[in-house]
Amino acid sequence: MAKIIVMSSGKGGVGKTTSSAAFGTGLALKGYKTCIIDFDVGLRNLDIIMGCERRVVFDFINVIHGDARLNQALIKDKRVENLFILPTSQTRDKEALTREGVGHVLEDLRRDFDYVICDSPAGIERGALMALYFADHAIIVTNPEVSSVRDSDRMLGVIQAKSHRAENNLEPVREHLLITRYDPARVERGEMLKLADVQELLAIPLLGVIPESPAVLRASNIGVPVVLDEQSNAGLAYSDAVARFLGESVEHRFLKASRKGLLDRLIRRIA
Amino acid sequence: MALERRHTVRYTATPKFRGFTRGDLSSYQLMQGGPTASEPPFQLRGTSFTIMVLKIVDPCDTQFFHLLADKVRQAPGFFRNAPIVIDLDGLGPKTEVDFARFSTALRDLGLMVVGLQGGGKRQQAEAAAAGFALLPARATRAEVMLPPKATDERAPEIPYQRSTRIVTEPVRSGRQIYAQNGDLVITAMVSPGAELLADGSIHVYGALRGRALAGVSGDSAARIFCHCLEAELVSIAGIYQLSEDMGANVLSKQVQVYLHEGHLRIEPLTF
Repeated sequence: MAKIIVMSSGKGGVGKTTSSAAFGTGLALKGYKTCIIDFDVGLRNLDIIMGCERRVVFDFINVIHGDARLNQALIKDKRVENLFILPTSQTRDKEALTREGVGHVLEDLRRDFDYVICDSPAGIERGALMALYFADHAIIVTNPEVSSVRDSDRMLGVIQAKSHRAENNLEPVREHLLITRYDPARVERGEMLKLADVQELLAIPLLGVIPESPAVLRASNIGVPVVLDEQSNAGLAYSDAVARFLGESVEHRFLKASRKGLLDRLIRRIA
Repeated sequence: MALERRHTVRYTATPKFRGFTRGDLSSYQLMQGGPTASEPPFQLRGTSFTIMVLKIVDPCDTQFFHLLADKVRQAPGFFRNAPIVIDLDGLGPKTEVDFARFSTALRDLGLMVVGLQGGGKRQQAEAAAAGFALLPARATRAEVMLPPKATDERAPEIPYQRSTRIVTEPVRSGRQIYAQNGDLVITAMVSPGAELLADGSIHVYGALRGRALAGVSGDSAARIFCHCLEAELVSIAGIYQLSEDMGANVLSKQVQVYLHEGHLRIEPLTF
């Protein structure tokens, strides 16, 4: 029986799709059969980030409305074993999602997979509510910035009130904090919220801190999940986060600004 | 008329099995219930309630209902659908009272007449015919009357039938909690964008970062207590203060907020 994870935030543009792609790929690399579903109907970009946008024939909405079978819509990733993507429609919008339809698809996926990641759209309306409804785990993606923290807090309240588990008085959805675009140099200059502040304001367990990295933009432009870029700090941080989620005890890295030596500083000034 | 502070109604009811033998008792029980019939389909038990008593002093006063309506307006939340017992002891057993009309007039004010206390034989019969329950007269002892409120109409004494609402999880942004007819206790943090309302006092054993409104039905004796004041707004019985007007001596401190002569006071709690 698969665990269903929703990658949510409330705020837009904080790194939900990037994190869904990286986290899902990370789980598959560890040997777990993983499916990532794009819930952002009408504004799909999971397929672009995963590099499979030219292989989309049928999508999530087709499956919900019975126009295609699930295995016709699932796209198998070419690079990583055990990894599948369920893209969504670009021509429809979120009204096309129905709770019953989403429920059926997730039931089918639960049987065959170990993990299902629901890449949520921004907001607290229909698309986001559908993505979070069946979740067992919620990863709240937050930038160390005041409006992102406020929206994440709101999202936590929505998940506590409107998930299937909440409505049926089951064990509550497990919440995890994933901080993205963390820049230790700016934190030290006092320009950015520090980790401890965000933790105090949100009060949920910390899953990982992903540093700001040019590798993220490069990765999305070439359609490769950043976790596969082992040279980048962001990629390594995502790997750490996956390990932590699976129960390993991993120290948080990339929290301190790197100190450049005298030579580095001299060279910089010349160049 | 005068509203008395307290009058305890205690009633017990026990089914009386007169004249049954043991054998008859089991057949009686069989008649009560279903096939197995060891459990009767109802439970009768004694309990006590605190109910307001409306003592009629002068039923012919043309201002009677007008003045009563004023009293009700002072604390609408408290008086809404409140049960009331009529006391006629001050009038004497011969006075004519139109119980049906009285009951209707009081219901228009939101007061539900449930019974008559004391009264002469004829009054009791008429009251019973109008659907009133008959309650025992008070034993003669010094009556406890509310002191007449000549000044300060803004601060009525509200004899609460209080119930305290306790919340142990963080109150997330966007969530609104209303503790009706009592106090609100939160043993966790309150996020910015959250709203706490109570007819009584509000106690936050954590950081208060949202809005707190105490005494919302008019109780100006309500207070707000918190471990760390970072609230957006605090209010007692409608008198409010925004965070930008709170002094640096109270921000982020343990404080209590209360009304003194119509002005909001915020004071650090020091022990």
